[in-house]
Amino acid sequence: MSEEHYLELCGNPVQFENASSVNNVFFDEANKQVFAVRSGGATGVVVKGPDDKSTVAFRMDDKGEVKCIKFSFGNKILAVQRTSKSVEFINFIPDLLHLEYSQECKTKNASILGFCWTNWNEIVFITDQGIEFYQVLPDKRSLKLQKSQSINVNWYMYCPVTSVILLSTTVLGNVLQPFFFRSGTMSKISKFEIELPGVSKPAKLSLSERDIAMVTIYGQLYVRYLKHHSRTLNNPGAEVILYHLPRDGTCKKMHVLKLNTTGKFALNVVDNLVVVHHQSSQTSMIFDIKLRDTEGTLNIHQPVLPARSIHPYKIPLTGPAAVTTATPVPCELYSSTWSVFQPDIIISASEGYLWYLQVKLQPVVNLMKDKGKLMDFLLQRRDCKMVIVSVCFQLLNGSDKGNLSVIATVFDKLNQVYKEYLEAEQSYPVAVETGQSRGNPAQKRPVRTQAVIDQSDMYTHVLSVFTEKKDVSHKFIIAVLMEYIRSLNQFQITVQHYLYELVLKTLVHHNLFYMLHQFLQYHVLSDSKPLACLLLSLESTYPPAHQLSLDMLKRLSTANDEIVEVLLSKQQVLGARRFIRGVGGHDNISARKFLDAAKQTREEMLFYTIFRFFEQRNQRLRGSPHFTPGEHCEEHVAYFKQVFGEQALMKPTAS
Amino acid sequence: MATGAQEKQYPPSLLNFFVYNPKFGPKEGEEEKKILFYHPNEVEKNEKIRNVGLCEAIIQFTRTFCPTKPAKSLHTQKNRQFFCEPEENFWMVMVVRNPMIEKNNKDGKPVVEYQEEEILDSVYSSVLQQCYNMYKLFNGTFARTMEAGGVDLLKQRLEKFFYRYLQTLHLQSCDLLDIFSGISFFPLDKMTYLKIQSFVNRMEESLNLVKYTAFLYNDQLIWSGLEQDDMRILYKYLTTSLFPRHSEPELAGRDSPMRLEMAGNLLHYGRFLTGPSNLKDPEAKFRFPKIFVNTENTDEELHLIVYKAMSAAVCFMINTSVELTREFCEQLDSLVGPQLTLLASDICEQYSINRRISGPEKEPQFKFIYFNHMNLAEKSTIHMRKTASVSLTSIHPELMKILGDINSDFSRVDDDEEIIVKAMTDYWIVGKKSDQRELYVILNQKNANLIEVNEEVKKLCATQFNNIFFLD
Repeated sequence: MSEEHYLELCGNPVQFENASSVNNVFFDEANKQVFAVRSGGATGVVVKGPDDKSTVAFRMDDKGEVKCIKFSFGNKILAVQRTSKSVEFINFIPDLLHLEYSQECKTKNASILGFCWTNWNEIVFITDQGIEFYQVLPDKRSLKLQKSQSINVNWYMYCPVTSVILLSTTVLGNVLQPFFFRSGTMSKISKFEIELPGVSKPAKLSLSERDIAMVTIYGQLYVRYLKHHSRTLNNPGAEVILYHLPRDGTCKKMHVLKLNTTGKFALNVVDNLVVVHHQSSQTSMIFDIKLRDTEGTLNIHQPVLPARSIHPYKIPLTGPAAVTTATPVPCELYSSTWSVFQPDIIISASEGYLWYLQVKLQPVVNLMKDKGKLMDFLLQRRDCKMVIVSVCFQLLNGSDKGNLSVIATVFDKLNQVYKEYLEAEQSYPVAVETGQSRGNPAQKRPVRTQAVIDQSDMYTHVLSVFTEKKDVSHKFIIAVLMEYIRSLNQFQITVQHYLYELVLKTLVHHNLFYMLHQFLQYHVLSDSKPLACLLLSLESTYPPAHQLSLDMLKRLSTANDEIVEVLLSKQQVLGARRFIRGVGGHDNISARKFLDAAKQTREEMLFYTIFRFFEQRNQRLRGSPHFTPGEHCEEHVAYFKQVFGEQALMKPTAS
Repeated sequence: MATGAQEKQYPPSLLNFFVYNPKFGPKEGEEEKKILFYHPNEVEKNEKIRNVGLCEAIIQFTRTFCPTKPAKSLHTQKNRQFFCEPEENFWMVMVVRNPMIEKNNKDGKPVVEYQEEEILDSVYSSVLQQCYNMYKLFNGTFARTMEAGGVDLLKQRLEKFFYRYLQTLHLQSCDLLDIFSGISFFPLDKMTYLKIQSFVNRMEESLNLVKYTAFLYNDQLIWSGLEQDDMRILYKYLTTSLFPRHSEPELAGRDSPMRLEMAGNLLHYGRFLTGPSNLKDPEAKFRFPKIFVNTENTDEELHLIVYKAMSAAVCFMINTSVELTREFCEQLDSLVGPQLTLLASDICEQYSINRRISGPEKEPQFKFIYFNHMNLAEKSTIHMRKTASVSLTSIHPELMKILGDINSDFSRVDDDEEIIVKAMTDYWIVGKKSDQRELYVILNQKNANLIEVNEEVKKLCATQFNNIFFLD
């Protein structure tokens, strides 16, 4: 059976002490840290970050049950919430006092729902009556209120990547108020309403925070709403609705992902794909909002692939445990004890593991039969390059060989991305010089993403290998090469000469000279000196190559020396002289070369003519018909004297 | 002039055409067996034998001077005979009557004056060679037929082929272009050319029976999957016989609504020029002409399917071991028709864009013929579009003859050459040969001198031939 599990848990999970009656576990999405708090901190707090080095362990006094615990960015200050009235702080900056200090919320009778760090020293309290934005002054061990806003809050949500806090307001909870924080400022973004499937009476909180998340997909912030199957409507299944939340402007309903089933779902975003886990069927499906099915303002998406379960996972055994048990233990997937965090984190608190969810591209390749769609999909993925290369190679080889129109589609898709990259690269220096990029952080230097498969990649990994294949018909090889060149031309990408050389060599190898001739005739293989030289070398097997080569050199217009060389080698001395005079280069040519060639013809009159031509040139340029020693023509002067006599030499004309 | 009005001119015409093999009747009394084909057939047997015997004797006699190159032609006052041995011991002879002028003498009696020097050996030798090539294209070699069915089959095929073909030989309008027997290529930008390549490759893949494909637009070649020599004769057939035969109905069809095929939702203008004229016809025959080529193997026998949409024509060639069915033709029609229609309008559009870019027509000023021996590319601003019946030229036959003479001079030496001729009227004729290319320019400038003529030709080269290596 071919590999079909396209999702997997990462192989190196973050391990922590599993949750128990004495050990509370917290997860901070902002720093991706897991806090294991033993006995309220008295017997130790262990903080595990995304990598092993960032482990922090400390103790703190047990002052009651911890409700929430988070470090500020860079682990500078620790904030701990134990009551609904206040938050305690501990400095973790060297040389500063390690004593706790506390901050109560300003609003009377309000209770703190939670807090979030928006900077290393900036924190926001969210209470049921509004939000309070503080600056922490660690040296003074106090906080300063920067700004606050009163608003009735049901629950809140924080997106650390974009520093946006979303508040659920109104009785139904479906009016969401976003705030945006940046270096000491708090700005309100226009609120918006989530359409609920049905309104319950009497009015009560109907939008649960479990069904809302903020996610960044393709660089854009979306509010993701899991709309459950409504019993009243004849709805086939639950939907995920993505509301686009721009920093300025209003939030718009943009995408609908059809889940086509009901039940309990959990969602992740991995590599810009929305992953929906379905607990009862123990499968997951993926959606790519860039793969469009329909045009228009609202895009309705179906799963990219049939639902599959996450790849079976065995808990790796590290440390002393590895010694005791020999075989790794299979892990229960889609366990009810799992917690899913944004964007790509799955935590099993009971087992003490934190995994990152990953997408595996190879199984996708096996599952997706439409190669054009597959390319669209792969081109948007991280680390896709070698997978794409292998798909291209498979497309040209073996049992899974595609037909030419599929190959053409794939080439066009690759080159479209290639062209976009080239254009971005070209416009970048212009933008920098004109200062357009200042104050516009969007204009970044184009990064060569994995997705750019350029000519050299294609040549090295696919085409040059493919053309060597013995079991592929040459007709197909040439058709593929021409298709690639056509696609490059279509996107106005300059074709590199090594591709032309590959075409030429393939044609020559199969003795398809007339085909080559026709390609050259229509300038399909663009002119270049290397190509012209290659053609010259073919003359012995295919005589017309000589003419083709000369034509090419002529069109290049920078290859006059080469043309002279070619003509002289054919002993067409007069032709060479006529040519060089025609292009106005006769003052710079080497007399010796011409005289050598003329002498080789054994035609004395020709030698005489050429010799006289150079004497006249010398006279014109230097006022004397004699050759200078640097021209190394002594031998020819001697020969001239010998054949025609000394008196035949041109006399200097007195000026 | 009063006398001029009474003059009557007779162009050169075909007197005899015969094919013989001296080995077939070596004994006395069996001479008739040598003759494989004789035109006109009505000629009395003994005269046939006499004429064939004469040719045999001339060839035998001239062999004594040069065993490898016996006589190619025999000039007499009234006619000229051309000999050709396309296959060992198979001789083809064409006898052309010299052009004549009929005048009335003083007594008012008509007197015929033969113009012995008016026709060119090189032109009619080429015509004879073409006769063989065309025969071979549709019938294969003589030797092959001999193997397949002996003398009787060969005679039968010769009769069948030449009976019709000789009627289409318009000897009076043969000229330099018959010597070149070149191919006119359609000028096209790279991108459109690549699209055509892509189309051809995809079609060959989808209709996996197709072995070779050729693509033409406006009767000019764009792509040939056949080797040059095969394409040369096929091109000749297509442009002088097949296309002209179909052009009239097409022109007529302009005014009436075009026959639009509904294949799926796609409208297309595709139709078969060979094979079934109407696919819907339940009686339709799916038989295509067979041709013989030597591209990959010698004497490869192929079905020739010519399919056309608007000005674009594609030739699909398929091995004759495959039988072509209605299903195949329908598949071809539904696959090729829409795509070819699209491509044809693409080409048309691109071509008119290119013409607009290159500016208003600059050519009419110059009358020239260009030919490249390397790729057989030919270009003439002298010849009108060829029709089935005649090829029209825009210049006097006298000038055409000078072009032919210059060509004969060129063919004698390998070096590059340039010949400038002042013709009797105000015309100057310039012939240039550079490497494998030949260019003939006809200039009509009153009181022009040699230097001015030379300058004019340079100008022409700079505008028309700036992208090739053509020595000035």
